[in-house]
Amino acid sequence: MYRIVTKKVLTPTLVLIEIEAPMIAKKAEPGQFIILRVDEDGERIPITIHDFDREKGTVSIIYQIVGATTEKLSHKEEGDYLQDFVGPLGNATEMPGCKKVAVVGGGVGTAIAFPVAKKLHQNGVHVDLIVGFRNKDVVVLEDEFRNASTNFYIGTDDGSYVRKALVTELLEEQIQAGADYDAVFCVGPMMMMKFVCKVTEKYNIPTIVSMSPIMVDGTGMCGCCRLTLNEPDGPVTKFACVDGPDFDGFKVDWDESVKRSRMYGEWERRKHEETCNLFKKEVK
Amino acid sequence: MAANMSLKKNEMPSQDPNVRNKNFLEVALGYTEEQALDEAARCLNCKKPLCVEGCPVNVQIPAFIAKIREQDYEGAYQCIHETSSLPAVCGRVCPQETQCEQRCVRGKKGDPVGIGRLERFVADWHNSHTCEVPPRPASNGHKVAIIGSGPAGLTCAGDLARLGYDVTVFEALHVAGGVLVYGIPEFRLPKSIVQKEVDGLKDMGVKFEMNMVVGRVVSIDELMEEYGFEAVFVGSGAGLPMFMHIPGENLCGVYSANEFLTRINLMKAYREGSDTPLMDLRGKTVAVVGGGNVAMDAARCSKRLGAEVYVVYRRGMEELPARKEEVEHAIEEGVIFKTLHNPVSIQGNENGYVSGMTCIQMELGEPDASGRRRPVEIKGSEFELPVDCVIMALGTSPNPLIKNTTPGLEVNRKGGIVVNEDGLTSHPGVYAGGDAVTGAATVILAMGAGKLGAKSIHESLSAK
Repeated sequence: MYRIVTKKVLTPTLVLIEIEAPMIAKKAEPGQFIILRVDEDGERIPITIHDFDREKGTVSIIYQIVGATTEKLSHKEEGDYLQDFVGPLGNATEMPGCKKVAVVGGGVGTAIAFPVAKKLHQNGVHVDLIVGFRNKDVVVLEDEFRNASTNFYIGTDDGSYVRKALVTELLEEQIQAGADYDAVFCVGPMMMMKFVCKVTEKYNIPTIVSMSPIMVDGTGMCGCCRLTLNEPDGPVTKFACVDGPDFDGFKVDWDESVKRSRMYGEWERRKHEETCNLFKKEVK
Repeated sequence: MAANMSLKKNEMPSQDPNVRNKNFLEVALGYTEEQALDEAARCLNCKKPLCVEGCPVNVQIPAFIAKIREQDYEGAYQCIHETSSLPAVCGRVCPQETQCEQRCVRGKKGDPVGIGRLERFVADWHNSHTCEVPPRPASNGHKVAIIGSGPAGLTCAGDLARLGYDVTVFEALHVAGGVLVYGIPEFRLPKSIVQKEVDGLKDMGVKFEMNMVVGRVVSIDELMEEYGFEAVFVGSGAGLPMFMHIPGENLCGVYSANEFLTRINLMKAYREGSDTPLMDLRGKTVAVVGGGNVAMDAARCSKRLGAEVYVVYRRGMEELPARKEEVEHAIEEGVIFKTLHNPVSIQGNENGYVSGMTCIQMELGEPDASGRRRPVEIKGSEFELPVDCVIMALGTSPNPLIKNTTPGLEVNRKGGIVVNEDGLTSHPGVYAGGDAVTGAATVILAMGAGKLGAKSIHESLSAK
């Protein structure tokens, strides 16, 4: 069992929890993920590591309440325990030799962009951190982002905060203004990553994307997280849990990955509703 | 007692096929005492028992059957347990027809003795009658780490614990048992039986550390250098599923058998209200590609979830590598075999879900390197099979995690860990066995490898 040390509700649907997991904290690196189960009969869900404290022995994650499992998770408070917490899984983000990079995050993906930006920044890399949110109400972690970057750019879809701009627009502005990036690291909704890659491909800037497909075991056994990379010799199947989660964004078959990520969409919506109703009944 | 010279084995009482293909309860119900005694009387107690040679862990078969005849069932259990850590498991999932029972002299004329069924009877008798915990062996102070809690790891752990070793098993998943819990379905091997075996090891002092992905959270070298383990046995099992690399294989509704079975067995997705999703197969059509035990398990699970099920296999019925009993059970339950068929491509609808699978018919040609007749495509015989779900049961390739994080650990071309005749790898103090070495094989072969690992570790550490 793994104790929730702190819990911060960032927005009504975005929550940060810090979990006591000393062995994972000792090994965790930016870009890696964990798998958790909320309770005895719970589903295994992968969530990318947001932060870790090796001395304190804790690992932080940020999750968005979207389905039944994250709904149940949101009812766990400080001092409560999670059934299972496994990691660190996947390969750490590597950007060797880069002197100047853009780290682009969208929505909950910004939670993952943070540790990558922080590490690069600490290592003396020039980091332009570009984040986008739907609107003012869901903007989170602004101070942390500023501290983890050389320059920080933020936009909202509806213009309710700072300025109306998509991350693709913010990124392209910087590129056109002469920001000569060695590489771009991008994490967020699949569609956002796809369009960021469309921008960077125009300027031939290598782009790493952090993929978050559906997983079951997350250790290289079930093959659920497979995706296709279009290599020069033809399509190649890769597994996000052991080969990723980072991939060359120019090679990912986005349309296939988008469809695969929606496999259980309808089921998830129904299940989430059922779970919400259960919690409502309990409250009554 | 006079030998029972009946040419027929006692039939295994089983759930009716049309009842069991709608539930996940165990198919075979086990012999009654009367049936067990009758079957035991068929053993001739050969001076030179060939059956024992056919067993990868050398269970003293005539000796345990003799104990059954004396109605000393606990004695029979102890006799099996001397060489096999998991009798209740082996009695259910071993391919006896190619091992002990294949060598039985009674099989020359009529059926061989039902050795597997008797083993199961004895193990079940023990599990329901004996509750006293055997005394813990005195500790010899040596620490051994086992990676993976499948059949190889559990066997190795059991043998070493009996010798007084301080054994810790590291398991990546949240439940112990490996393929016994995530792969083999409840109706063939109830999970309570695996749990009992694990509990038995705990009673002997074996420690289980769950959620430990060795290679990520801790490396083999760290286990040895920082945590003081003097030897390590790697029984990490089969790895990533293989695919055919045909068009449409990544459509929604194409599962690897590993994923499909893990969702059902480990995550209990077959239960109403499960938190883990699975495609709703009621009224749908499923094609399972492959002909091994895993394919049979996937097909029979699909049937139980309400689907019409095809097994698509490129060779003939005779060549199916699955246990004979599994094939028979699948046929009885209504699974349709499309042998001498091979998938060419999978078709999808506009939302990315499977709508059909194009197959080509095959014929058997000249024998290939494996000695089996090679399937050859019949030109122009392609046709589309309308299906909603495809399950690929084509085997696995070893998980690269341990290899990638253990310097000096040699693997072969296919990624299997290289071991010598003692089960020792190229890394000092590190032994390996089971699917991690051989690629996908059987429970009993993995157990044999676990036994060998334990023996070699004991020889090495006791000489220190």
